[in-house]
Amino acid sequence: MDARIQKDARPESMLINMGPSHPAMHGTFRIMLELQGEQILNAEVEIGYLHRGFEKTCENKTYFNLLPYTDRLNYVSPQINNLGYVMTMEKMLGLQVPERAQQIRVLMSELSRVSDHLTCLAAMAMENGAFTVFLYMMKAREFLWDVIEFTSGSRMTTSYIRIGGVRADLYEGWRDSVKTAVLETRRVLKDVHGLLDKNQIFLNRTRGIGAISKEDALSYGWTGPCLRSTGIFYDVRKAHPYLIYDRLDFEVPLGERGDNYDRYLVRMLEMEQSLRLIEQVAGQIPDSAPAVKAEGIEPTEAVRLGRLQKPGQKIRLSPNLQGSEKERYPDILTRDAPVIVPPKEDTYTTMEGLISHFLFFMKGYGIRPPKGDVYFSVEGGNGEVGFYIVSDGTDRPYRLHLRAPCFHLVSALEQLIKGRFVADVIPTFGSMNMIGGELDR
Amino acid sequence: MEKENLIAEVRKRFPAEIESDMETLGDQVLIVRREGLRAVMAGLRAAPFDYAVLLDLTCVDFLDSENRFEMVYHLFSVSRNRRLRIKVSLPGENPVVDSLTELWKNANWLEREVFDMFGVAFMGHPDLRRILMYEGFQGHPLRKSYPWRKEQPRIPLKD
Repeated sequence: MDARIQKDARPESMLINMGPSHPAMHGTFRIMLELQGEQILNAEVEIGYLHRGFEKTCENKTYFNLLPYTDRLNYVSPQINNLGYVMTMEKMLGLQVPERAQQIRVLMSELSRVSDHLTCLAAMAMENGAFTVFLYMMKAREFLWDVIEFTSGSRMTTSYIRIGGVRADLYEGWRDSVKTAVLETRRVLKDVHGLLDKNQIFLNRTRGIGAISKEDALSYGWTGPCLRSTGIFYDVRKAHPYLIYDRLDFEVPLGERGDNYDRYLVRMLEMEQSLRLIEQVAGQIPDSAPAVKAEGIEPTEAVRLGRLQKPGQKIRLSPNLQGSEKERYPDILTRDAPVIVPPKEDTYTTMEGLISHFLFFMKGYGIRPPKGDVYFSVEGGNGEVGFYIVSDGTDRPYRLHLRAPCFHLVSALEQLIKGRFVADVIPTFGSMNMIGGELDR
Repeated sequence: MEKENLIAEVRKRFPAEIESDMETLGDQVLIVRREGLRAVMAGLRAAPFDYAVLLDLTCVDFLDSENRFEMVYHLFSVSRNRRLRIKVSLPGENPVVDSLTELWKNANWLEREVFDMFGVAFMGHPDLRRILMYEGFQGHPLRKSYPWRKEQPRIPLKD
């Protein structure tokens, strides 16, 4: 079947195709344009090129197993997706998470938010010709990702935030790397403000272009920085506080006109607030118990000694992620036993530990929330990331639906570019921060 | 307006359309009859309730029950800072429900997604086509009757 735009097109106008493989389309995304000269008469957006059946896959995975799939939604800030899913499950199960785990979650989601905004603005600036800004922002992002990498063991698909807490405690020396990351990011933000804020080329491409009214933004279901750029005060962290956000001090920057420039500026100012949050929460996290050092015996040794009596020494798991030792569990994971993976030290050395391990991973066991449905959302990099989960009492979700913020943002694109020039498509699309993984699921 | 007042007010205004209300895990839920959906939604969108945002719209397939499909709407009111969930049951044979595209603009894409994934038709939708799947895809993948990892026939290459 032909696209709608092909049927409606006037005979004298020209039809051109942007994407699905186009350097400015941030992944695979197709815009069909009907042009008269350089003016866009009509546009049609086609999505779904990155659809991989996230929701169907989740229906066939256990609640624990589907966590890595949530990393791949908004792959620029995976920790916030983890958080959204995990907190929905915690709401359903009625779990209490230890204070330290909540603080670590705030730290991680703010680091992710800054890296999300940096990526969006870097790409947007590069497409408008400011390649220096791109390089500066990518540099700052590396410092942030160092903290994430040292904590969770991987850079992008972390699966770090788990149901009931977090995967591991913070590593030794995390304070220094957080300090460096904040310092370097501040420096970059100052430079970028100087490079772009009053830059005539950048202003010409962004000021007054892609503007949306308050009413339209609400009607399209916009959330996050794009909604706030129109001047509407709505931030999930303030409206429905979760974790410890109600005890932290931060502001929500607002724009006025809802154009590309305001979306840029709101993101820039929001990053400063996120850095403030990172500093506050880093100051609140107490030093943990002295790190569990490498001393101790290997599991095989412990099993051999344990044939006669319980060995007194500590058990060391050499290839384990640092900070996930059994001694740390009370600080970072909930005590409600059946929802967390039993400590590996027990699994490898005791019979009871092995049984509880199997009871967690066996088909039909593990995390089994009560029957019912639940919706919960967190503030993601580009809006409200919400999960709607229906449980039928088994160990797999009956239905899992993601409220993807981009989906609502991108549905307004056709309206925003209609009547503008071809060159305006690029900054308008760039300032929306379309992430294919989340849009197409 | 407090929680109970709001629900009572909505029920008073639409006595015939609303079947029941409940609260699950702190969320307010209204169960609406299929015929009255558009009237109730238009009422909630307008002044005293002011649910200006359609947060989310999706569908659940309860394969074995009498009313197979359940549409789930999440509304949000910025001025009141309150969410509301609305559910409508649809029969398994020929599921049709009123479209909300005139009330909220994002309903256009959201309803296309539900049509694509579940095969629910929306009356009054201006452009009801598949959105995530391609033209020529057979079946509706999120239905419980659609097997996981089912293979699809090849389609001819586009020009």
